[in-house]
Amino acid sequence: MTIRPSVGVSASVKPANEAPANEPVVEAQKLGLAFQTGDGPVQALSDVDLTIGKGEFVSFIGPSGCGKTTLLRVIADLERPTEGTISINGMTPEQAREKRAYGYVFQAAALYPWRTIERNVALPLEIMGLSRSEQQERIRRTLELVNLTGFEKKYPWQLSGGMQQRASIARALAFDADLLLMDEPFGALDEIVRDHLNEQLLKLWARTEKTICFVTHSIPEAVYLSTRIVVMSPRPGRVTDIIESTLPKERPLDIRESPEFLAIAARVRDGLRAGHSYED
Amino acid sequence: MQFVKKFWTGASMDPLRSKIVPVLTILGIMIVAWYAFAVVLNGPFQRDLDRRAGRSPGLAGFLVETWSQPKPTLPAPHQVAQNFFNTTFMVKPWSRRSLVYHSWVTLSSTFVGFVFGAMLGILIAVGIVHFTSLDRSLMPWIITSQTIPILAIAPMVVVVFASIGITGLIPKALISTYLSFFPVAVGMVKGLRSPELMHLDLMRTYNATASQVFWKLRLPASLPFLFASMKVGVAASLVGAIVAELPTGAVAGIGAKLLAGSYYSQTIEIWAALVAGSLVAVVLVMLVGLAERITGRAMGGRPA
Repeated sequence: MTIRPSVGVSASVKPANEAPANEPVVEAQKLGLAFQTGDGPVQALSDVDLTIGKGEFVSFIGPSGCGKTTLLRVIADLERPTEGTISINGMTPEQAREKRAYGYVFQAAALYPWRTIERNVALPLEIMGLSRSEQQERIRRTLELVNLTGFEKKYPWQLSGGMQQRASIARALAFDADLLLMDEPFGALDEIVRDHLNEQLLKLWARTEKTICFVTHSIPEAVYLSTRIVVMSPRPGRVTDIIESTLPKERPLDIRESPEFLAIAARVRDGLRAGHSYED
Repeated sequence: MQFVKKFWTGASMDPLRSKIVPVLTILGIMIVAWYAFAVVLNGPFQRDLDRRAGRSPGLAGFLVETWSQPKPTLPAPHQVAQNFFNTTFMVKPWSRRSLVYHSWVTLSSTFVGFVFGAMLGILIAVGIVHFTSLDRSLMPWIITSQTIPILAIAPMVVVVFASIGITGLIPKALISTYLSFFPVAVGMVKGLRSPELMHLDLMRTYNATASQVFWKLRLPASLPFLFASMKVGVAASLVGAIVAELPTGAVAGIGAKLLAGSYYSQTIEIWAALVAGSLVAVVLVMLVGLAERITGRAMGGRPA
């Protein structure tokens, strides 16, 4: 019996703080955000330097309160940074939002209960003022992408949690922005549904070639999905590590048992732990 | 099998068992109590009468007498029912003696007043939700407006309008408006502010305009609140219309009927008019409820 050296595995996990080769979609420099509260300012983000290239799948991982959702909301212009600069496709977040440069998927499906699934998907299209026929075409196409064909006329309460979340992804895809921002979209779902949706999301990403920013607090989810993983730590929210994934683009679910996967997961876990010990 | 299953599950109990029986039980208890109170309240006068006439009826005779006085302190249910029946079905509906006529007079001003009240309430709520200045300036006055006793202000309104030659429906409807705009305004403010933060954020990510947010999110989200407050508002509207009919020497309407009854101690007529007023209120609240159900269904409401 031979003992295989583990050198190959650890060597494959290399630091990747340098900017990606693709043209940048999100560029943040020295980004910081302090919320004004009754007990004085709370530093939610500090000193975040990050560049996300076109076509990347970037996960933000960290314990709750580490600012990962805040970072996503800053990209989406749902929060304004108090320090540093950030640009989306070379524009300010506000300009990007006005140009509808991104689709946003929230923690909950946030479907409007009085609209059918197809009317929910149509919501952003109505707001953009697309023609009826164009709306119909996009609804058909995006519902097909998330495997919800046949559920057009159903109301949200008639669907399971996983299907509702898929509908909300369809809604975010419908207006065809190149950037997809996802804030713990599968956090409330059970593990089996979550695995399934993760698999589908990867396929979707491969087919649409969108840039995806994905917030999660699950290590396996982050490692399974991402091309890069941004590890964050709380108070003040900052980036402690950025890990480039060496996994191939084609990822069956059982890749999660491969040594390569486990090595990346271990490094993410180390990063998270380091963030915590720093806190104590 | 299906039937047995349905029969035993409480949730899908048939409407007879789940609704009508409990309501009828309470009604029965109330009628018994009513007869008992009629004896208690009409008894002293009846005893007086009997003593003067030198009669001594048995217990049964005494009871029957207390339930059949022409001007009782508290008329028995069957006296009210009889009067109600006679003045509703036995006379032409457009005659002055008909409760249908009087109900219609009151109903029409209630309806006009309520429609204006509801519209005013919605308008105020939309303003309050969209402009902080209105929220700060208007809300205290709206609340203050409802602390003024309606009985005090109603005659003033009617008299002022009469002095400039406006009588009849308009001043009455105005009092209804005054009473009904408040619950609608308060309910709608709550309703228009009810969308979750996430639903509002979603609109922001779409770069939606304020009017798009209003029509596509705030308004649909507010509808359950609107209907709940309209049920309160429509009942308040009816009270307003009746109160407005009281001081004016109005010749028609439930309020006028009540006042005439009290002038001539026609207690049975007063009670019959009260019943008519209650029925009008029930009809109005049911109409709002019906509108609520139709809207609810159109909005994909989960069946109860």
